Amino acid sequence: MLFAAIISLTLLGAVLGLLLGVAARYLKVEGNPLVAEIEQLLPGSQCGQCGFPGCTGAAQALAEGNAAVTLCPPGGVALAQALAAKLGVEADLSGVADKGPMIAEIKEEICIGCTRCFKVCPTDAIMGAAQQIHVVFREACTACGKCEEVCPTESVKLQPVPVTLQSWYWNKPRAEAA
Amino acid sequence: MKLFDLKGGVHPEGNKDLSAERHIRTLPLPKKLYVPLQQHIGAPATPVVKVGDKVLKGQLLASAQGAVSSSIHAPTSGTITALGDHVAPHPSGLPVPTITLESDGEDKWMQIETVDMPFLLRPEEVAARVAAAGIVGLGGATFPSALKLNLSRNSGVQTLIMNGGECEPYLTCDDRIMRERAVEIVEGIRLIAHAVDAKEILVGIEDNKPEAIAAMQAAAGNSEVKVVAMPSMYPMGSEKQIIQVLTGMEIPAGGRPADIGVLVHNVATAFAVQQAVRYGKPLISRIVTLSGGAIKTACNVEALVGTPVQELIDFADGYAQPAARLVLGGPMMGQQFTNTNVPVVKGTSGVLALLASEIGHAEASPCIRCSTCVRACPVGLLPLEMAAHIRTADLAGAVALGLKDCIACGSCSYVCPAHIPLVHFFNYAKGDLAAQERSKLKQEATKKLADARNERLARIERERAEAAAKRKAAREAKERAAKEAAAKAATETV
Repeated sequence: MLFAAIISLTLLGAVLGLLLGVAARYLKVEGNPLVAEIEQLLPGSQCGQCGFPGCTGAAQALAEGNAAVTLCPPGGVALAQALAAKLGVEADLSGVADKGPMIAEIKEEICIGCTRCFKVCPTDAIMGAAQQIHVVFREACTACGKCEEVCPTESVKLQPVPVTLQSWYWNKPRAEAA
Repeated sequence: MKLFDLKGGVHPEGNKDLSAERHIRTLPLPKKLYVPLQQHIGAPATPVVKVGDKVLKGQLLASAQGAVSSSIHAPTSGTITALGDHVAPHPSGLPVPTITLESDGEDKWMQIETVDMPFLLRPEEVAARVAAAGIVGLGGATFPSALKLNLSRNSGVQTLIMNGGECEPYLTCDDRIMRERAVEIVEGIRLIAHAVDAKEILVGIEDNKPEAIAAMQAAAGNSEVKVVAMPSMYPMGSEKQIIQVLTGMEIPAGGRPADIGVLVHNVATAFAVQQAVRYGKPLISRIVTLSGGAIKTACNVEALVGTPVQELIDFADGYAQPAARLVLGGPMMGQQFTNTNVPVVKGTSGVLALLASEIGHAEASPCIRCSTCVRACPVGLLPLEMAAHIRTADLAGAVALGLKDCIACGSCSYVCPAHIPLVHFFNYAKGDLAAQERSKLKQEATKKLADARNERLARIERERAEAAAKRKAAREAKERAAKEAAAKAATETV
């Protein structure tokens, strides 16, 4: 009786172990799928403002829990909330909202048309040519700040996005009510 | 006719007697008119005039852009003196692109094309004339009317409801226009019905306007236009609510009236449609109610679009007492403003100067969960729960409770015994959700741009490498050929 139990359990263990071993081999997942999913959410402009090497690096760090969901300035509050939902963590939004959305702006009178900003822009948001005044397409700018770094005349500066009738909305009522 | 029940709603003090017996008077011609390029829902119109141009009354100043937009016309004859920013008739007080017109005092019309038999026009032609006249919904939502006509014709409308509810306290502009211009309104209503091929026409008017009901009934005679008296209650004049009371049908969440075969237009819009279709006159003026405890002589005026509000206040003999708050539109859903240089626009139904006692401002205290707001909500939402979610930044929770179905009528704020600014919470949340949506769309777009750029850089790199490899191969082939030739020459000489 005892013998039968030992044999059956050993067999069971061996078969299941074999199955697991085979599954581990044939159903192997390359890399962490979460990293790819997080990368899908990120802007993809590889600006490096988060301190990681590009959006893939940031996604890796986020998946491993080594970075806060608020790491991406161009993504803003919306991205932080999306990341928090994806990772199932609480988003501490206190640091994100106060800066507000920004956008690059070129002071035309001091732009020398050197094309440096135009070459580094990760989203092709700057239009320009040598010796011509450059201009920023607001809709395409992610405020990554790369242009600001390379501009030799400090003509490109990040500015808060101007509020228009289309983007204005009521502020939040004071918190103690309701 | 059998009316259907409406749940919720409130009964604020009407205060309509301040201005209801005042005949519509025409405002003297202002010297300068500020005509904003955006007076409607949708894309702003694009100017077709330059600074220095002389224009005639009714001439096109800016043409509609894109699918949802509306044209803007010169309210009087004169010279364009500026194309630039001017303060918007909006609580933000932000500047908007505006055409400044200096009137020449002659008020000379351009050549206009009248139609003697407007009912012989094809429905599309009626809609085209409405579009050319730049008509928008005058009830306050300012949605381009021609677009609504075309959408409704294409989706097949059974019932045309004309909204003469005017449930906002103080406002009497629709009341007056129905009393004084009923014949034109009825013709406009029949033109709208003709444009959308409606089978049934109902004109809903609140029973606190007996003279308007009588005038409209007399004008309608025994035509297909049926005038219906509705109980007076706020927000009876809201599109969803008037449909519910008159037909018993409810618009599905997130849907439009056309989804249930209904089209709703305001009675003042019908007047504008009649003027446009029969006489070719664009929408360049509207009736505005001037009222409120702080106004000396409450009245109704026909004001040109672009007239600074200060001129209207002066026309009403100025202030009797200092105003605690200035409001454009009605006190429930209107927008407060501070700069009286804002212009009258197509959607301005009233200018109210209210006393402190009329605005009833009080400090908010904590919610006691009495659920008065739940009973007042005409849509059947839970305002107290939604506000609690928004307060703790859980907008998704508020959306799950039906935030997007909120019509921002303000009934909940009006009845709240704790004076919680409920509708303010909802307006903030809707604005914040829209901003999040915009930033999400932008992020998707910029991500595509970034990917495209990376791909392009990789392609250029690859092509460069390929070209270099090709050049190298060609060079080597050449060298080899030269070597072979040299070797051959050497063997031949040997």
